[in-house]
Amino acid sequence: MELRSSSAEETEAFGARIAGGLIPGDVVTVSGDLGSGKTTFVRGACRALGVEGPVTSPTFTIGHRYSGVVPVAHLDLYRFAGVSSAEWGDLEPYFTDAVCFVEWPEAGVDVLPRARLAVTLSHVDVVSRHIEVREC
Amino acid sequence: MILGIETSCDETAAALVTNDGRVLANVVSSQAKLHARYGGVVPEVASRHHLELLLPAVRQAFDDSGTRLDQVERVAVTQGPGLVGALLIGVSAAKALAWARRLPLVPVNHLHGHVASLYLEPDPVEPPFLCLLASGGHTLLLDVRDRRTLEVLGTTLDDAAGEAFDKGARLLGLGYPGGVEIDRLASDGDPEAFSFPVARVPGLDFSFSGLKTALLYTVRDLGPEETEGLRADLAASYQHAIVRALVERAEAAAQATGAERIAVVGGVASNSELRRSFSNAVFAPPALCTDNAAMIASAARFIEPIPYPQYLALDAFA
Repeated sequence: MELRSSSAEETEAFGARIAGGLIPGDVVTVSGDLGSGKTTFVRGACRALGVEGPVTSPTFTIGHRYSGVVPVAHLDLYRFAGVSSAEWGDLEPYFTDAVCFVEWPEAGVDVLPRARLAVTLSHVDVVSRHIEVREC
Repeated sequence: MILGIETSCDETAAALVTNDGRVLANVVSSQAKLHARYGGVVPEVASRHHLELLLPAVRQAFDDSGTRLDQVERVAVTQGPGLVGALLIGVSAAKALAWARRLPLVPVNHLHGHVASLYLEPDPVEPPFLCLLASGGHTLLLDVRDRRTLEVLGTTLDDAAGEAFDKGARLLGLGYPGGVEIDRLASDGDPEAFSFPVARVPGLDFSFSGLKTALLYTVRDLGPEETEGLRADLAASYQHAIVRALVERAEAAAQATGAERIAVVGGVASNSELRRSFSNAVFAPPALCTDNAAMIASAARFIEPIPYPQYLALDAFA
């Protein structure tokens, strides 16, 4: 599925749309350059999954957990150069029994569980983004 | 005397603080040196490093202060929020040390810890005050009525202020830590050269992600050569936008709560423009702005300890 979003609100709405069929254990990777709307997209998906509080960038905190109608995990591998086995030991608990969104998944390609959906956001212009959602 | 332990994110820290708030030792085994290697990307972010660094840090705290484990009356540890695996290293070590010495244990919320950095000697700040906590991972406005409690008035809805500095530095091709680099470069630039809008969100919350995108498109439009020539102006203008948002919201929150004083904690509190921009604010000392264990031990002075050995099942929270 490919879409064009012309606002942050639309990006959130697309996130909400793909969240419908997700169940605990599902992994969704969310790729894209700085400022392309990854956290915005995840926020929309989280809202659809019943998460009410702030959904913020986990770049520095690495992992967030939210409770919605299902448990939701939100990871960010921006600060990782790769994911060693020791690091995987830290990340793995976040994937247990939760719908898990992973921003900047590239560093974790070798260790991340197989994703159900791979989302890629790219810049079109200041406000517009191209969003591709691929089933894996 | 309280032994404090902090392992919620990147820093492995141990500290010794007296019951009346004097810091006897404050050891932070920073991994920031490692971070410099690759534009802010950490070579390895793993609990394993905390495991390797924690006991040497505790030992160094005793050495630095000339004290011994048998003088410790309570052990304080960050319970969350943070990376669960990292927190568990600190929590497990704290439990083991407390259990072995039959001491009470005090679980501390990391954010309360940042606020409690203000309660340390020699210049403790007495509540009530409005607290701005701004770091890489958090940006919060807190209503602090007494030393035991705090109420969240506002938070970032997307990126933290420190993260905005770090990613802005990345976009400008600067090194790590990004906040320090932008601060340094900004002193040679014109803060009015570019106008970076900060999203106006309702209430007392913050939003910094649009600002990052604005910088990205400005840099793209300028191209690499012009960006290079205007980097100081870009850094100054970008920093100015972040600082203005922090100051305006903090002052609005102080007005809303009737707080007469604003206190600033967290890594971003070291920013020189932020320090200049508040007309009436106190700042945590620089050594206590970034993650440390003295603040955790300080917070523990105002939290009911869990008596020995009821804490053995204590868990960390994300």
